[in-house]
Amino acid sequence: MFFFRQIIQKPWVTADGSAPVHGGAEFSLPKAKVGLWVFCAVVTSLFLIFIASYSMRMSVADWRPLPEPGLLWLNTAILVFSSMALQWAQVNAHRELIGKVKAGLFFGGVLAIAFLAGQLLVWQQLVDLGYFSSTNPANAFFYLFTGIHGLHLLGGLVALGRTTVKVRKADLDMAYVRLSVELCTTYWHFLLAVWLVIFGLLLFT
Amino acid sequence: MAYVTHDDAQTVPPAELGEMELYHAKSWMTKYVFSQDAKIIAIQYSVTATAIGMLGLVLSWLMRLQLGFPESFDFITPTDYYQFVTMHGMIMVIYLLTALFLGGFGNYLIPLMVGARDMVFPYLNMLSYWIYLLAVLILVASWFVPGGPTGAGWTLYPPQAITSGTPGQGGGILLMLISLSFFIIGFTMGGLNYVVTVLQARTRGMSLMRMPLTIWGIFTATVLALLAFPALFVGAVMMTFDNLLGSSFFMPAIVEFGELLDHEGGSPVFFQHIFWFFGHPEVYIVALPAFGIVSDLLSVHARKNIFGYRMMVWAIVAIGALSFVVWAHHMYVSGMNPYFGFFFATSTLIIAVPTALKVYNWTLTLWKGNIHLTLPMLFALAFIVTFVNGGITGLFLGNVTVDVPLSDTMFVVAHFHMVMGVAPLLVVFGAVYHWYPLMTGRMLNEGLGKFHFWVTFLGAYAVFLPLHYIGLLGVPRRYFELTGTSYIPDSVQTLNAFVTTIALIVGFAQLVFIYNLIRSRTKGEVAERNPWKATTLEWQTENVPPTHGNFGKKLPVVYRWAYAFSVPGARDDFIPQNLPPDQVPTDGSVS
Repeated sequence: MFFFRQIIQKPWVTADGSAPVHGGAEFSLPKAKVGLWVFCAVVTSLFLIFIASYSMRMSVADWRPLPEPGLLWLNTAILVFSSMALQWAQVNAHRELIGKVKAGLFFGGVLAIAFLAGQLLVWQQLVDLGYFSSTNPANAFFYLFTGIHGLHLLGGLVALGRTTVKVRKADLDMAYVRLSVELCTTYWHFLLAVWLVIFGLLLFT
Repeated sequence: MAYVTHDDAQTVPPAELGEMELYHAKSWMTKYVFSQDAKIIAIQYSVTATAIGMLGLVLSWLMRLQLGFPESFDFITPTDYYQFVTMHGMIMVIYLLTALFLGGFGNYLIPLMVGARDMVFPYLNMLSYWIYLLAVLILVASWFVPGGPTGAGWTLYPPQAITSGTPGQGGGILLMLISLSFFIIGFTMGGLNYVVTVLQARTRGMSLMRMPLTIWGIFTATVLALLAFPALFVGAVMMTFDNLLGSSFFMPAIVEFGELLDHEGGSPVFFQHIFWFFGHPEVYIVALPAFGIVSDLLSVHARKNIFGYRMMVWAIVAIGALSFVVWAHHMYVSGMNPYFGFFFATSTLIIAVPTALKVYNWTLTLWKGNIHLTLPMLFALAFIVTFVNGGITGLFLGNVTVDVPLSDTMFVVAHFHMVMGVAPLLVVFGAVYHWYPLMTGRMLNEGLGKFHFWVTFLGAYAVFLPLHYIGLLGVPRRYFELTGTSYIPDSVQTLNAFVTTIALIVGFAQLVFIYNLIRSRTKGEVAERNPWKATTLEWQTENVPPTHGNFGKKLPVVYRWAYAFSVPGARDDFIPQNLPPDQVPTDGSVS
């Protein structure tokens, strides 16, 4: 309710000489974290509009649902493990165990790349079976969802790579490392949640 | 005096990380070209937007030449005309106004007005500009592909946007969709900066309710843009799929030149929903910064605090929220459930309430004010009048039964040019006259400015008022030529010729304005510090124009709101936001 508390203030009443007390920042969070949350909100908006489009297009008679290749279950498991690896890295960043942070980041990254490779394999399987994006909108939506989700993960991998470089530096600033690892982990969990929603949507329709 | 204190600063733990270190450029390239300083980025954004805006202006001349003097210009074919219409609309709405208000004014004013040294993510901010420039270049490139730019209309409605017969069917539409996608990616990078800077990087004492309304307008517009642009992105990506990969998101089964296309089952109306879910908030993405800026211009140049500050903030937020539930009023003639139409007509009329409230508050700010008829004030006054005129025709068009006969006529063209073309541009001009001394340390030439103002203000009415009448007669928009239409009297043609002549004159006045901007940069009268005697922080910097880092060694501390004008008992008629209460000079009347 910080917002409500703010907008009932009477700004025209001037402070009577006492020191100003508002610190300037709305949340006691690092700026990068707020930035990441705002970005997640934008991505949420993007996928909500995609999902709304999906459900609207579904209602037309020519809709033929896509069979979900079994490989998607494996990919989902890989992404869950990738997220867990980063969570483990985050816990160890707080304990300042750098070796474990490095390992967590490494496995998180490798598993995320494995997930992307798995998604490409799924595309290959579907194309081999003749599920082109031109044959049915359900197919086109599948390529669209997985493609956009994959691109977001790819962007995350860039950030993860930068974090890994930071952690490997000799003169590391622990607070900085902790924040970077936390940001990556939050983004990974977010993308996992997005993927689970998309996967659920595909399974149940 | 009662003062609502809340000691967050004492009770909340400090943020995990301290102040970010300011990036210092080492070479000329990183200082002025690949700059991470929000002020330089703002100027880069403004110059690029103005340049592409000039192209949009030239396109409007060409369109008007055809409409005013049909069959006189061999070099304008129907294909060209559709391309002019489309590119003019897209350039003006997205690449000029959105980029100028958020990328230009947002970048320049947010850090300065909230008391920050720079945007919070300077590198991302720099990327934002370069991706915007890339989007502009891709847009311009569509003139150089076979078939030229798309002529689908700025709304890019399928199926005609991608079927043959529409100009730019091959490369044109594709480049347009790619350019829009890049614009959105670039904007998101900038938008994250604007939002987080306003939320997290304000100086001590600058509570949300002490922010100037300019910042409230830009902030809310950015939030709208961050949530609405994804819809355009979705639309653009899905249409690219339909176009390139043969999917059928929006494309129904359709016969093209006697041949059945492969598409089946897609819904063109569904694209319209996606487009307008972005398109209507877009109107407010342009309007809200204008609302904010004009509030500050009126207050400063009338030497009076803004009337109903809190109400103004709530109104901005309410308009922003409501703008997401009115989109289908652009689609009354596309066919919809009558209850649906009723809902959107009602929400459209409701949004007029906070908007009207703002107009009343602007007017009441002027009441008994010490009005200085400076150039910014003239433009601000012109904005109020124009916005009311354009807004009232919006009430007509918001009602389904009135809209159906008026839809797709020149009346609609007149309405939206008044309300979201001319009105926000008047604020842009006012804002440029107001902040030019801050940006350059020199004043713009007053005589040229007065010429620019009167020609633009009166000219805009001479152009767009007749279009209302032409529209009421039923003259359709988007038509290359009117022939064999007996219900349209000959006088319409005379009026069209008049409108074209005036449009060319108004266009010339904009060239005078650009000349003034360039000339005054070196030859303008040197501005005194804080020439308008404003209270806000951007005028209280150590150096004018503000240098890298904005403020001197110490960031300013804010003691009051931005509207301390003509305070009883004070010696001067303004008290800067950062002047400690015990240092305010008094006139001796109040002890």
